[in-house]
Amino acid sequence: MWASRMLRLEPRAQPSSVMRWLTPLLAVGITMIMGGLLFAAMGKNPFEAIKIIFLDPFFHETFGPYSRSQLLIKAGPLILIAIGLSIGFRANVWNIGAEGQFVMGAVTGGAVGLALYPADGVWVLPLMTIAGALGGMLWGLIPAILKIKFNANEILVSLMLVYVSYNFLAAMVTGPLKSPDGYGFPESRSFTGVESTHLPMIYEPLGMHAGVLVALVAVIAAYVMMERHLLGFQIKLTGQSPRAARFAGVNPSVIIAVCLGISGALAGMAGLFEVTGPAGKLTTNFPVGYGFTAIIVAFLGRLHPIGIVLAGLLMALTYIGGELAQLSLGIPAAAISVFQGMMLFFLLAVDVFVNYRLVWKVVK
Amino acid sequence: MDFSSLNPVALAVSLIVAATPILLAAVGELVVEKSGVLNLGVEGMMIIGAIAGFAVSVDSASPWLGLLAAMLAGAGLALIFGFLTQVLLSNQVATGLALTLFGLGLAALLGQSYTGMKPPSSPRLDIPVLSDLPVLGELLFRHDFMVYGSIALVFGVWYFLNRSRAGLVLRAVGENHDAAHSLGYNVVLIRMGAIAFGGACAGLGGAYLSLIRVPQWSEGMTAGAGWIALAIVVFASWKPWRLILGAYLFGGVTILQLNLQALGIGISAAYLSMTPYLITIIVLVIMSADRRRASMNAPASLGKIFHASH
Repeated sequence: MWASRMLRLEPRAQPSSVMRWLTPLLAVGITMIMGGLLFAAMGKNPFEAIKIIFLDPFFHETFGPYSRSQLLIKAGPLILIAIGLSIGFRANVWNIGAEGQFVMGAVTGGAVGLALYPADGVWVLPLMTIAGALGGMLWGLIPAILKIKFNANEILVSLMLVYVSYNFLAAMVTGPLKSPDGYGFPESRSFTGVESTHLPMIYEPLGMHAGVLVALVAVIAAYVMMERHLLGFQIKLTGQSPRAARFAGVNPSVIIAVCLGISGALAGMAGLFEVTGPAGKLTTNFPVGYGFTAIIVAFLGRLHPIGIVLAGLLMALTYIGGELAQLSLGIPAAAISVFQGMMLFFLLAVDVFVNYRLVWKVVK
Repeated sequence: MDFSSLNPVALAVSLIVAATPILLAAVGELVVEKSGVLNLGVEGMMIIGAIAGFAVSVDSASPWLGLLAAMLAGAGLALIFGFLTQVLLSNQVATGLALTLFGLGLAALLGQSYTGMKPPSSPRLDIPVLSDLPVLGELLFRHDFMVYGSIALVFGVWYFLNRSRAGLVLRAVGENHDAAHSLGYNVVLIRMGAIAFGGACAGLGGAYLSLIRVPQWSEGMTAGAGWIALAIVVFASWKPWRLILGAYLFGGVTILQLNLQALGIGISAAYLSMTPYLITIIVLVIMSADRRRASMNAPASLGKIFHASH
């Protein structure tokens, strides 16, 4: 008989709460190092690149002011979508079609605005917002209903619906929603050109438009729901132990519908805010992948409202810094999505330390 | 409207070409899922295969090297997933999504300088004599070699899973990893092998897209093919032969809507482009509706984390 020592993972009795909050930071750190290596491999100065991405948006003399004004514009939709997704992810309801709900929210809300064009009144934008939320919610409820009634996998259905929504958007901007004054271009009328459909900017230097306020309200509401409300408890219970949830009288169908409905509505609203503000009009290039990046934001933020705010800001920073790096170093935009993808990878990798610890153990 | 310009034989041939990349990816994912692992990163592995295959083919002027590179790239990416889920015990759904997001970004980055180029043409495999038969010859015996390869691969996987000892072990691991572990099988190693195989198949499917079907490289060119492959595995109830049916059904819808677009039948092209995705949803719903039948062949340990306590 012989014994040797080797590195092993041993389950912790309790998940480490220190590690829960330390691992995202660790993941960001590792991503910076590996991202730096990636930039170096592309022949760019890695230190320069990391500085441009993470510091220049705040401190650069010429680009700083513009970059800062983009921060909340980019973080707002990411946070709003990720908050909704995180509620579902807690219950193991995997809505990965937020991108589609985002598009449908923009289309339905936008259609209401265009139908009323050129109506005047402060009620127009709220009405559009409600329509956008409903559009996103209904689009999110399709996978929910197919899951509840027919047991169809919500991951695949919600994802397929993203491609359907892209095509629906194309059909709309070349058809019913095409601008009559657009010289035949596939785009809608401008929403920002009319006072009543232009999303108001509240604090210009940080890019805080009205949609960002709604995102903050959603963050607080989600926090209250998940921590203080029975429904939040039931959602978490369903995620941790579906059997226990059933015994406690939780109806799994309700949880599925609530999770997909809420996340759809929030993504739909995000889409409406995007189209009435930063994007300005519906075009086929309107979706830029916020619905997918929000998945990273949700995980990086530990599916927790406060964490999601921080993760959303960080991810917005990589977008803005990425644009700066594109301008000054010629780092392609695709490198930034690699960077964002890496962040999720490394988070999932170091997450093992939340539930396990590394030990030297004698093995026979 | 003139339907007479549609040649049924030509349609059937292009159907097969449209179906093959999905069939390749799906047969790989089937093996992965049979081992009890759900890898949602098929889309990411496919697109990495598409660019790796394209780049190496263009640079080396050899489609064979390209296909090899695509398989290696797909398997390499898959092994990252394998390491995370099998060794570091991460959530398979989240890790698979990460793989797709990462793969799409990395492929776009690698493909920067390859947009608009033409790949070297791939060898065709016209079977002598038989390919000269009227109709049947064109339909069955005048394809590129990958079409035959994909069918052979389905047969190989069927044989492996149902007629070989190693295949039974792999299925045992997928049904009950604790039992397989206590019988002395190395669950993690077997699953890693399956994951690498799945990645290689997905990479090959991607390369088929960029080298033979399209043939060109463009960003995001897989356009959900990897996700459709995942849906087809469910459609097939985890039975290899049924994958062919599912993939060809999807290929048929794709080709039909493309031809209808070309004919200009008065329906907006955008609505027609939706149909493959809608059909996938409908098929998924039909196959999942009968819960008993749907779960009969699904591996019991699918997606569950395995950690050997000693």
